[in-house]
Amino acid sequence: MEKEKNNKVVIENLNLFYGEHHALKNINLKIPEGKITAFIGPSGCGKSTCLKSINRMNDLVDNCRIEGKIFISGEDIYDPRTDVTLLRKCAGMVFQTPNPFPMSIFDNVAYGPRIHGIKDKKKLEEIVERSLRGAAIWDDLKDKLKKSAFGLSGGQQQRLCIARALAIEPDIILMDEPTSALDPISTLKIEDLMMELRKKYTVIVVTHNMQQATRIADKTAFFLMGEVIEYSDTDRMFRNPVDKRTEDYITGRFG
Amino acid sequence: MQQIDKTESDVRKNISLYSKRVRKSDVVLKMLIYFSALLTVGFFILLIAYIIVNGAGYISLDFLLSSAESDGLLPIIINTLYVEFFTLIFAIPIGIGAAIYLTQYVKQGKFVKLIRFSTETLAGIPSILFGLFGYAIFCVLFGLGSSIIAGCLTMIICVLPGIIRTTEEALLTVPNSYKNGALALGAGKFRTIFEIVLPCAVPGILTSVILAVGRIMGESAAFLLTIGTGTKMPKEVFSHIFSSGRTLTLHLYYMSGNGSVPDAMKICFAIATILLILIFVLNVLAKLLAKKFIH
Repeated sequence: MEKEKNNKVVIENLNLFYGEHHALKNINLKIPEGKITAFIGPSGCGKSTCLKSINRMNDLVDNCRIEGKIFISGEDIYDPRTDVTLLRKCAGMVFQTPNPFPMSIFDNVAYGPRIHGIKDKKKLEEIVERSLRGAAIWDDLKDKLKKSAFGLSGGQQQRLCIARALAIEPDIILMDEPTSALDPISTLKIEDLMMELRKKYTVIVVTHNMQQATRIADKTAFFLMGEVIEYSDTDRMFRNPVDKRTEDYITGRFG
Repeated sequence: MQQIDKTESDVRKNISLYSKRVRKSDVVLKMLIYFSALLTVGFFILLIAYIIVNGAGYISLDFLLSSAESDGLLPIIINTLYVEFFTLIFAIPIGIGAAIYLTQYVKQGKFVKLIRFSTETLAGIPSILFGLFGYAIFCVLFGLGSSIIAGCLTMIICVLPGIIRTTEEALLTVPNSYKNGALALGAGKFRTIFEIVLPCAVPGILTSVILAVGRIMGESAAFLLTIGTGTKMPKEVFSHIFSSGRTLTLHLYYMSGNGSVPDAMKICFAIATILLILIFVLNVLAKLLAKKFIH
């Protein structure tokens, strides 16, 4: 029982359909608090779809139907009583391509808190500084907060997007291939940052890059054709995969 | 296959790189392209120069500000401003609202296709038909008579399709990633649209507005049957919309057929020059504003 409590996100018998297409098949995952969990697998295996189910971004897709349950801190997020705004405040998201808004750096970070009702300028300034520090980019940006976010490099933009997600003080950070559009050096910086974030947040990251999973993730789930084939500690999975298909994938025989 | 490849590359080895040839067809095509471009620009310049040369001389402050009832221009300019204002103040919000609905809210399907098809068809209808419709509905059925307001209501229908189309296109070019970013932070749909999507589409929307301003200024057929021929100065600011009042283009039309006014043709060219200048200023304004909004 004590062990159950440490699971931040629990996915139970999750089935997801895009129209006729059965995209996620009977997913069961217990994602521990304060750890990095990686979803790996070939393109189209459902790992991003599964991630987006956790903050209900799939609601926006037409013809998307979801069965099963996802619990965050024991509450079912697909329960009709769930406030989606609060859910998304609790589970912040970082996307594959950096997507800062066409506004100043400050306004980008302050956008989330403003949505959630914070108007006081002092308080916003505080949050912006704390978030940018949290994303390890304060020193780079502190003198150009008024400048457009579009002037930043890709890696800086992605860290700004992480800061934007941190500003709403989430418990969980969902990252959808956050480094796939970045160069190796920026990637390394983001990975370092993720290791930092792990101390305070539950991080779930979708990645194409298996080395990345071994470098940063405590636990790894391997997805294939909409199913979770294997889910275990990252070390164990990469050293000693149980399923033949996992072994084939991580040794580079396909995918 | 491989055999052939090999011999070809062998042949190539013996040819110097300095064997560039100028093909005759290329030269002819290039000249044709230059000629088309030159012709277009040439006609444009000729047209503008002709109008300005003939009209500019007649324009003076007296001419612009004369409020004499028979041939004073000031009431006509005021009428035109009235028409612009009262058409746009309704057409812009309705058009933007419709475009938001069509791109952000309604499920894409047969219904939307039908609406799109209707707006496209409406945009292509000769404006005299709008005039006829406006006359039957607004002037006669609503009892507004030949009046500025009847002209404005008719003009709203004329410019709406254009505003909707251009705004739709502007809204659709806003990357979905902005929308997703805002939604993922917990912003509601309404907030996302008004704070993120709409501001990004401002340059496009502005273009649609400026195009509408130009269209209204240049329109004559839709007003011909609805707005009357009045040339009086407004007595009261608001009640003026219920009186008959011709616009600049209509004035040009009536003047050109009016033999009793001396210098009628000169007045026509002067009006044309004023219209040209106004359209030019509007276009420059649109460009500048659009630039200001692009980050």
